[in-house]
Amino acid sequence: MENTMQLDQPKPTLSMNPKKFALWLFIVTVVMVFAALTSAYIVKQSEGNWLDFELPSAFFISSVIIVLSSIALHWSYYAARKDNLFGLKAGLILSLTLGLLFLVAQYISWVQLVERNVYFVGNPSGSFIYVFTGLHGAHLVSGLIFIFVIIYKAFRLKIHSRSLTSFEMCLTYWHFLGALWLYLYIFMMINH
Amino acid sequence: MASTATLHGADVHEHEHKDNFITKYVFTTDHKTIAKQFLITGIFWAIIGGLMSLIFRLQLGFPDMQLDWLRPFLGKWITDAGKLDPEFYLALVTMHGTIMVFFVLTAGLSGTFANFLIPLQIGARDMASGFMNMLSYWFFFVSSVIMFVSLFIETGPASGGWVVYPPLSALPQAVSGSGLGMTLWLVSMTFFIASTLLGGINYIATVINLRTRGMSFSKLPLTIWALFLTAVIGLLSFPVLFAAALLLVFDRSFGTSFYLSEIYIAGEALPNIGGSPVLYQHLFWFLGHPEVYIVLLPALGITSEIIATQSRKPIFGYKAMIISMLGIAVLSFVVWAHHMFVSGLNPFLGSVFMLLTLVIAVPSAVKVFNYLTTLWKGNIIFTPAMLFSIGLVSFFISGGLTGIFLGNAAIDIQLHDTYFVVAHFHLVMGSASFFGLMAGVYHWFPKMFGRMMDEKLGYIHFWLTFVGVYLVFFPMHYIGIAGFPRRYYSFTSFDAFNIFADLNTFVSIAAIATFGAQLIFLFNFFYSMYRGRLAPANPWNSNTLEWTTPRNPGHGNWEGEIPTVYRWPYDYSKPGAREDFIPQHIPYSATPESNLPHENEKIEEEKEIEKLPVDDQH
Ligand code: HEM
Ligand SMILES: [Cu+2]
Repeated sequence: MENTMQLDQPKPTLSMNPKKFALWLFIVTVVMVFAALTSAYIVKQSEGNWLDFELPSAFFISSVIIVLSSIALHWSYYAARKDNLFGLKAGLILSLTLGLLFLVAQYISWVQLVERNVYFVGNPSGSFIYVFTGLHGAHLVSGLIFIFVIIYKAFRLKIHSRSLTSFEMCLTYWHFLGALWLYLYIFMMINH
Repeated sequence: MASTATLHGADVHEHEHKDNFITKYVFTTDHKTIAKQFLITGIFWAIIGGLMSLIFRLQLGFPDMQLDWLRPFLGKWITDAGKLDPEFYLALVTMHGTIMVFFVLTAGLSGTFANFLIPLQIGARDMASGFMNMLSYWFFFVSSVIMFVSLFIETGPASGGWVVYPPLSALPQAVSGSGLGMTLWLVSMTFFIASTLLGGINYIATVINLRTRGMSFSKLPLTIWALFLTAVIGLLSFPVLFAAALLLVFDRSFGTSFYLSEIYIAGEALPNIGGSPVLYQHLFWFLGHPEVYIVLLPALGITSEIIATQSRKPIFGYKAMIISMLGIAVLSFVVWAHHMFVSGLNPFLGSVFMLLTLVIAVPSAVKVFNYLTTLWKGNIIFTPAMLFSIGLVSFFISGGLTGIFLGNAAIDIQLHDTYFVVAHFHLVMGSASFFGLMAGVYHWFPKMFGRMMDEKLGYIHFWLTFVGVYLVFFPMHYIGIAGFPRRYYSFTSFDAFNIFADLNTFVSIAAIATFGAQLIFLFNFFYSMYRGRLAPANPWNSNTLEWTTPRNPGHGNWEGEIPTVYRWPYDYSKPGAREDFIPQHIPYSATPESNLPHENEKIEEEKEIEKLPVDDQH
């Protein structure tokens, strides 16, 4: 059996778990939505009639929180690979909590925007910020639900070193959402 | 490993799950049934969209006609004077476009054939996720219901054109259709986008992950290549439409100003500041142009398959076909601004987009040449499907040529938004894709329903439609060159255009006749479904895998093991071969009489392929 595994052998067609692959395709669609929105931002900005204001400081805090949350989830994943159930659950709950905190920080950023007299309704330069944060927040909620499902599974002992597919998908998605936020944050810092 | 393979092979699964009516025909996860659901829904929409066009053609061709007799259907949209309400005219044009582009030629075409053909032609038991596939159909269904409801509301359906440009679509004061009708349009399209993305994710994942052993990308039928690339284009462009629609929703319902700048309506200033309607156009056409290829590519893929089969010749330039489709897929994302030459676009940008637009004509031309050279000296069998495929090539040429005129920014100043554009895209997109759809139905009907369609009726249907389409759309070029704008309620109010009155009457009569010819198809379709001649296993002597399944394949498609693939799908009329076709699952070792020298070398590789595990995908 072993000796047939030579290099010149045609590869089996089934190379990646279709579900994971589908998740990546879903991520592509989300990327395209935000690519469209941020391009729209640049196009609109270049046309003038653009209100300048200072970005909320809460964005920095939320960025730190989301990075920590990603780290926590990854730590939990390593624990799961070693069948360390305590680490698995602790990491999951920690990242869920941090995820919720992130949403709180985003809410505070809206409060700060309002303090600056920047409202959702008004000059598009402000409206865009609300759309970026709001739409990203909506995706983040879906990510939190995903983590919650994994926690549920973990407590029913369905996540362990030999059953990681769903956790790996959750991890991919969560890292993606974090990276997406960092992209948006840096984008807003550069272009405003 | 060989032993595991035989083990799997011996173990024949029972694929018929116990189904009741609901799980078998309604909430089914079988890709073949889902495909039929898409097809039937698409046909339903094609009838609605077609009838709408007849109503506005009556208005354009017979401006003095009394339309009282339509009052039972259209109610208050027929005015007291017996005329079509001008605002409803706009609504009809808008809904006709939306329905035809999205519901018929996207969902009805890709939805039907991607679902039906991908698993059958790549050798898979079903889609990567049957559940998501089912969801895709039901999202489309919900989207359809909402759009349908919007036809009957008090203020009328959306009426800002299928492209729903703001400010027209953003301000309810602008036109009555921009009220509730537009809201329903947006909700419906959101479901539609979700449906398309769910479907697309599935198609891509299935083609990449679930090919049977031996089915490498270089042995894929061109239909699958086309459907695959269509799904990729959709995956990249529909999210952008979603973004555009989302901002439009905010403008309409929350009072933001993404697309609205300082506007006065009836002397009163609106509160909006700082928005840009051109921004919407950029976002829309970033979807809109790829969308026209989403509509066309599946039709081209179907055509490749049928033309090769019925010419009994290998497709000419298999690799060139793939490369040009890849080229079209990439280029389709960088030409969108050719729809905006007169939007105040920077002329320098206009020149860049003009260049890119003319470049996309190159892969399109390559495909046309390959079709013609495949036909050249073939043993052509004129089945109805073949006729419709050839018709597609004809429309693709005549409509593509006018694209080259439109692609020149300077010429487009005269032609933009005239009937010339209408003629262009109805030939190259509307009719060509519609013919692809028809060709596909005629060709795969035996596999879908296990029976044959009537050929004679097929011929009559083809000739009437083919001639009819040219009679309808060819004259529009003249009207357009003369400068008559599209989406205008009436020709007769302008002296300059009065001379076209007869031509318009002629077009309208041709349109009614062409629509009438479709009734022949409808009869043939539904009659043959129950009463048609029973189909043989491989009615067209075709090479692809779907014809190796039973006459009425169950859920799971193959009763035994999924066939293994050894060769490309176009071994037709191979010199030396016993028959004029060698299906993909026949190994080279079984055909020594027709093998070319390099194919004899492949016999060694076949053993390697057979060592691969049979992936039974359960
Ligand atoms: C030879 C390649 C082609 C070129 C150079 C080309 C060029 C153009 C240009 C410049 C326009 C804008 C005209 C205007 O609004 O003033 C246009 C409109 C359009 N084209 Fe093409 N085209 C080509 C092929 C196609 C194909 C293959 C399709 C569809 C399958 C297509 C579908 C459309 C549609 C739907 C519109 C009108 C959209 C609307 O305004 O409602 N074109 N084309
Ligand atoms: Cu275009």
